[in-house]
Amino acid sequence: MGLLSLQGDFARHAEALLALGAEPVRVSLPEHLRDLDALIVPGGESSTMLRLLDATGLRGGVQRFVRERPVLGTCAGLILLARDVERLPAPTLGVIDIGAERNAYGRQVHSFTHDVDVAPLADTMAGMFIRAPRITRVGRGVEVIARLDGEPVGVRQGLAVAITFHPELTDDRRLHAWFLGDVAGLKLRAGGAVR
Amino acid sequence: MKRPSSRRAAPPRKSAQRAEPKAGQVMSQEDQFRLKVGLAEMLKGGVIMDVMNSDQAEIAQESGAVAVMALERIPSRIRRDGGVARMSDPSMIRRIQGVVDIPVMAKCRIGHFVEAQILESLEIDFVDESEVLTPADEAHHVWKHDFKVPFVCGCRDLGEALRRIGEGAAMIRTKGEAGTGNVVEAVRHMRAVVSHMRRLTTMGKDELMAEAKTLGAPFALVQLVAATGRLPVPNFAAGGVATPADAALMMSLGAEAVFVGSGIFEVGDADHPKEARKAQMQMAKAIVQAVANWNRPDVLRDISTGLPQAMRGISIETLPEGELLAKRGW
Repeated sequence: MGLLSLQGDFARHAEALLALGAEPVRVSLPEHLRDLDALIVPGGESSTMLRLLDATGLRGGVQRFVRERPVLGTCAGLILLARDVERLPAPTLGVIDIGAERNAYGRQVHSFTHDVDVAPLADTMAGMFIRAPRITRVGRGVEVIARLDGEPVGVRQGLAVAITFHPELTDDRRLHAWFLGDVAGLKLRAGGAVR
Repeated sequence: MKRPSSRRAAPPRKSAQRAEPKAGQVMSQEDQFRLKVGLAEMLKGGVIMDVMNSDQAEIAQESGAVAVMALERIPSRIRRDGGVARMSDPSMIRRIQGVVDIPVMAKCRIGHFVEAQILESLEIDFVDESEVLTPADEAHHVWKHDFKVPFVCGCRDLGEALRRIGEGAAMIRTKGEAGTGNVVEAVRHMRAVVSHMRRLTTMGKDELMAEAKTLGAPFALVQLVAATGRLPVPNFAAGGVATPADAALMMSLGAEAVFVGSGIFEVGDADHPKEARKAQMQMAKAIVQAVANWNRPDVLRDISTGLPQAMRGISIETLPEGELLAKRGW
């Protein structure tokens, strides 16, 4: 399991993966992408991550990877995977046909925790929204997998999944388990998918 | 089970509507604290730059900073000018909020909870209760749990770090010796924190109460660090970082991100603003890359090649005792 490790909370995703019995591999160079089953694009500052994608020469490899292989993006990760986002210094990876607006709920004092309906889990989970983006457009062929009061906060297109909140900051591993098992098709060790 | 995907999402609502969660989902102080620490988590692996105006804020954002610290005078100038250093003028902070999309931080004086309230009402993303400004209270720091805005506080050792976390700090940074361009104090403080944490992990349960007494730190936090070997909030470096190698050094010693104060905007000749701007941008970009590649000497070698002259810097021994900023706070 690759973790894009340019900047952000990738260490928290690593904890989630380890808890599920998956092996996290930090990706900061093109050669780290070899032999990975899937990639996680963590939360962080999307503009910083995009600049570092170019500065490290990772962009080409990551772009190819996310077109063909399973990828999960959280918060800033959603921005990197979205097709249309305004006010960014460099193009996104554009692998999910959605529009997104950065920091759409306002500054940090407007960050909040709220239950989210997650369709693949057929349940709710606590969503931490931290200077979170909003999904402003959902394209044809994109499935909404998570909603907050009816509003889409999680999407899936093919093997690419992106959500605007941060399951990696909580102890609830169900969304990671679903991504690893159902989207990436990996076998989790017995009990691994259990919260 | 799967919902049909809608072609178009509902039009964005005003953020104020979302700011208050629904009844029955009122956030506990614990939820609030998790959100504060969550923002600090997002800044990991990044560089937070001190900026004095919107032009510098743009340079910072363009170079890849994860956040900016808005202040009227960077520490080196506060040092030069002397006098009482206070919170920045809100108009200056607003201008900077207007030009960048990344989080904006600002400093309040130690113990000055009214300055902190003003910064909160400005919707600052992080308040730095900072020894760089002149302390307003010689006995008490701000009680930070009562704020919605997260706080970062400086420390010289583990006891000080845990006292600040006990008061509600969502991020800890070393104090270092701000405005000197000399990393030696930041190294001392980071090593003190990290080695003491390591020591705690080797202690028996029955030794921790006595240790908490010596540290002057909350017992529950001492137990937590003994169990995990790390602080319950992100641990950043600050105070005297002047080069990409300094930044990478702090990351190697255990810092999870780096604040750069005077190290960027003291670069270049103020009489030649155009060249100075170019040199500052070059230094800022180099430090961002160094933090992302801190464990790769080959990359650091290339980053460090042909850089503009770093700020001149001050040797700590030459500073009179009264001018040491790190001594402020307790």
